[in-house]
Amino acid sequence: MDYATLLQILDSTLRLATPLLLACLAGLFSERAGIFDIGLEGKMLMAAMASGAVAALSGSVWLGLCAGIGASLVLAALHGIASITFRGNQLIAGVALNFVASGVTVLIAQRMFGQGGRTPPLTGDARFNPLTLPFAEELRGVPVLGPLYAEVISGHSILVYLALALVPLSWWVLYRTRFGLRLRAVGENPASVDTAGVSVVALRYAAVAITGVLCGLAGAYMATALQAGFGREMTAGRGYIALAALIFAKWRPWAALWATLLFGFFQALALRPDVVEAVLRFKVPVPALDALPYVLTVLVLAGFVGKAIPPRAGGQPYVKER
Amino acid sequence: MVSGNDMGRQATAALPDAGAPLAIELRGISKAFGPVQANKDISIQVKRGSIHGIIGENGAGKSTLMSILYGFYKADAGEILIGGKLTAIPDSQSAIRAGIGMVFQHFKLVQNFTVLENVILGAEDGGLLRPSLAKARRVLADLSREYGLDVNPDALIEDLSVGHQQRVEILKALYRQADILILDEPTGVLTPAEADHLFRILKGLKDQGKTIILITHKLREIMEITDTVSVMRRGQMTATVKTAETSPEQLAELMVGRKVLLQVEKRAATPGKVVLEVENLSVRDENKVERLKGVSLTIRAGEILGIAGVAGNGQSELLEVLGGIARGTGTIRLNGVELDLTGKHSDGQSRRAQGIAHVPEDRQHLGMIMDFAAWENVAFGYHHAPEYQKNALFMDNDALRADTEKKMARFDVRPPNPLLAAKNFSGGNQQKIIVAREIERNPDLLLIGQPTRGVDIGAIEFIHKQIVALRDAGKAILLVSVELDEIMSLSDRIAVMFDGQIMGIRDPATTDERDLGLMMAGVAGKAA
Amino acid sequence: MDRLPKWADVALVPLISLLLAAFFSAMVLLAIGQSPVEAFNVMVDGALGSAYGWGYTLYYATSFMFTGLAVTVAFHAGLFNIGGEGQAQIGGLGVALVCLALPWPHWTLALLAASLGAAAFGAAWAAIPAYLQAKRGSHIVITTIMFNYIAAAVIVYLLVDVLRPAGQMDPATARFPEGAKLPSLSDIPGLRELFLRVDSSGMPILGADGLQTYQNVPANVTLLIALAACYVVWLLLWRTRLGYQIRAFGKSEAAAKYAGINPVRITMITMLISGGLAGLMSINNVMGEAERLLQNSSEGAGFIGIAVALMGRNHPLGVFLAAILFGFLYQGGAELGLWTSIPIELRIVVQGLVILFTGALDQMVRMLLRWAFSFRTARVA
Repeated sequence: MDYATLLQILDSTLRLATPLLLACLAGLFSERAGIFDIGLEGKMLMAAMASGAVAALSGSVWLGLCAGIGASLVLAALHGIASITFRGNQLIAGVALNFVASGVTVLIAQRMFGQGGRTPPLTGDARFNPLTLPFAEELRGVPVLGPLYAEVISGHSILVYLALALVPLSWWVLYRTRFGLRLRAVGENPASVDTAGVSVVALRYAAVAITGVLCGLAGAYMATALQAGFGREMTAGRGYIALAALIFAKWRPWAALWATLLFGFFQALALRPDVVEAVLRFKVPVPALDALPYVLTVLVLAGFVGKAIPPRAGGQPYVKER
Repeated sequence: MVSGNDMGRQATAALPDAGAPLAIELRGISKAFGPVQANKDISIQVKRGSIHGIIGENGAGKSTLMSILYGFYKADAGEILIGGKLTAIPDSQSAIRAGIGMVFQHFKLVQNFTVLENVILGAEDGGLLRPSLAKARRVLADLSREYGLDVNPDALIEDLSVGHQQRVEILKALYRQADILILDEPTGVLTPAEADHLFRILKGLKDQGKTIILITHKLREIMEITDTVSVMRRGQMTATVKTAETSPEQLAELMVGRKVLLQVEKRAATPGKVVLEVENLSVRDENKVERLKGVSLTIRAGEILGIAGVAGNGQSELLEVLGGIARGTGTIRLNGVELDLTGKHSDGQSRRAQGIAHVPEDRQHLGMIMDFAAWENVAFGYHHAPEYQKNALFMDNDALRADTEKKMARFDVRPPNPLLAAKNFSGGNQQKIIVAREIERNPDLLLIGQPTRGVDIGAIEFIHKQIVALRDAGKAILLVSVELDEIMSLSDRIAVMFDGQIMGIRDPATTDERDLGLMMAGVAGKAA
Repeated sequence: MDRLPKWADVALVPLISLLLAAFFSAMVLLAIGQSPVEAFNVMVDGALGSAYGWGYTLYYATSFMFTGLAVTVAFHAGLFNIGGEGQAQIGGLGVALVCLALPWPHWTLALLAASLGAAAFGAAWAAIPAYLQAKRGSHIVITTIMFNYIAAAVIVYLLVDVLRPAGQMDPATARFPEGAKLPSLSDIPGLRELFLRVDSSGMPILGADGLQTYQNVPANVTLLIALAACYVVWLLLWRTRLGYQIRAFGKSEAAAKYAGINPVRITMITMLISGGLAGLMSINNVMGEAERLLQNSSEGAGFIGIAVALMGRNHPLGVFLAAILFGFLYQGGAELGLWTSIPIELRIVVQGLVILFTGALDQMVRMLLRWAFSFRTARVA
């Protein structure tokens, strides 16, 4: 494998890691607040459809982005109502919303566009187009680093850079602000927050809302940047992979970045069977490569890469004790 | 002597000295949960700068009353006056603003936060943490100087001892400028020495003009530290008296409503052959921390060995490894036969087969399945017993129900309905079902942990009698309890545990609470 | 807190949850500009209005009974098996391998062998997530989802590269031998009367021999096996020692350990049973209907099992009723896709809503009911 191929793979690694990273950070906020959210997948799908549809109709990707975030927030609110207000089973609520999203997206897209549940292809301003970072072309001549900068770092849509910027921002919010302190506390021991006179319910809803916004970004990225339009089931399990990455990252923002980059790398490899064959010197069936990220997820969950301790109050509805 | 409500009224009316300012006054507080009247027309007055005790049995309504005061529940009727002003406390925030601080029985701390982070949680000064943490560091330094509340502000809670964690809770309240401090059963998890230290802190706080309300079921503490005391029974305030003018016997009678037999009647033990031999037994928890450190002990037939100690010093692990729940290293011999501690036969089934019965400490989480019916719980652990099987595949549910009915009759379980789910029985009746199940197996060794925790007085007497009767039938009994009184009155020998080790073994006839208390604090050396 | 009367908890809660799901489904239909009434009529007519519709409704219900039971058994052990889909597909592989292995002399032998194959393969596919959960604490919800994706990849690989007969274009196995053909319900005397062919006036359509004719339907003898499975699962859970241990473990792992119930053993056994049941559904669709293994053979039935189990309150009788209901929904939904412009994905929406209301918002329904009952008792008093 030559350097140019490596750069291509790293470039698609970053592109493919972005929705995983956004979803992973989304899950991080929710789970740190004690709400397990297996519905990242559904929220992303809903956001992908809404952003694709609105961008196609309005011609503005920004309106599409807003619609995507809004749609994801609706599902987040439902998840909150089920798991916070009515103290329902968080896993089942997430699974249910994934099914609802899976069906509703096709229903709406079919109703609006009549193209078999897809949205029309997006072009021009209806899509997030690649940005060329300053001096990308000028520095291309610098050995090794120049092409790396020009090919891998530069040339992505703004959402990729936003996702990267969200990593330090999430870290700062969690560990340096009052909100972050309370959020982490409510995921560890909600009674500590409650007896301090702070509303557990409000904090958890806030966390779920952040999850909604981040999943909205992830879904919108899928439909308006990674691909040009929405297609049925286009998220293809990314919400679940993001959850695995979150466990891998032990619920920490920087580790989430590395974990999702690793998963992105495997997804990028799956797109290049030729490269894999050249490196391994034997033919690997395409379905095996497709399954690779899922197999890796299982290996991560199996704890062959370190033990992860989830937030202590995760998954349990908060009930005041007498 | 007057008892009951008449006395309560008189006393309440008579108590406050003329002109003494009241820190807090409750007038006619009532609260019902469905058909259960948890608090009924309760009135209390507490003077500023005093320590007021509230004493009562489990379920007497003490905690409900305090939850109302802290804004966790809304009272159905009644008024709360703080510093003479009518104050509404709809939530904890209002309670904190009114100057009330609460130290709960189960601490409300975030385990993986530092002391400082726990202290500022909910009382931050702004959106960013840095200034709040700096301020809290200064305030904490002042507070620890003033009251002797030493805690390392940067320590993680999970690394602190229980006593230190409790200090963090007190610091939290003081940091929020609480004038009225409520402590709910604060000594349950402390050694006698730690409790003494706590009482010194409380006296210091009182001298600085703070008002303290101490909720407890231990008469000794009330007598030792309070100025005035209120007694609660079945949701009602039965009396309020000055501590100096009452006695433990009088308070006990007010708590229970009748004379209490504090001593269990039993003959002298006639120990037989050695049933259980434990040598150099160690247990590590899932985080590889050693919880039991080379314990050795023996129990003979017809003998009750009581294990005293503050909760969390290895007693639970001892029970668990003997009962086949946890694994360990060392040697355990039952009737001379060595038990498997790590392999295939180290589970509860094998232990039962070998003649060990186990009434676990935590009956709701270990001893029963709360959603199962009583009859299903009677088979719990004995689901392989031949008399409960119809054939190789199926259980004989009819036989099981019939057996449950018999057990319920013999142990006076109420209601005697085998079909009722375990969660619908009272704590005492749940415990009777478990004790019936375990004792009627006629084991060689009975492990019994906290036999009367959360159990009403009537059931306590019954269960104690059953334990003694089993002893008299020539069985070996290992009793674990954090209630020193229970240990003293039931045991034939007392072993004291501290930090996973046995500090010493005593004869109840020749020891006293001070001696045991020193060992519980890890002070006394190993001496038999 | 006041408790609900038992009958209300058992019957009224799922019923109201179902009505809520139906109401919101109607809202979705209105939102995409369709008439819920018309849609309902099409569904009733398509699923129940003819021997053909009946046949399909029962065919789907058969599959859902298996997958619903699979979820139910796991639920009682406190395990949420979302992997029914993958387990069913791999179970289909087992069926295909068995059916193609021999020129089966009679369908009964083939059915017996294929059932074993289906259950064994489904169980094997559940075994790895079960082992990881039991031994390494890997969350079984996520691992089983991953195994669904991996199963799909495995099946694609095998159908494209290994099992596809030479010269065949579509990725599928060869057709099963004639001896592996299961009798349709319309072939069975005593049952076939349900599938009598009638004309529009209701008169029987007679064959060339002058006898009554029966609609050929996909519902097959597997239905009888599914019914037996419902009964066996009920026996297992509430009459056997193993079931006792499964239920105890599901309620409290700590208590189970106290009682000497081995968590690893129970987790493994339960998931093997669960996976086996999910795999068994493949004798219905792969052997009974398609008669060869195709891609995505289970068509989401594994997921519907979740809704069926929740709707059926994790009781085999409830699962049976819920499976019939979802069979109706599935066949009716297919008819919608054929005769109206409503996409077939409506089924997934309804399925999601049923799971939401019966599985996650059941407390809301209970609160509503408690509130309603408090009025009644107040009036009585």
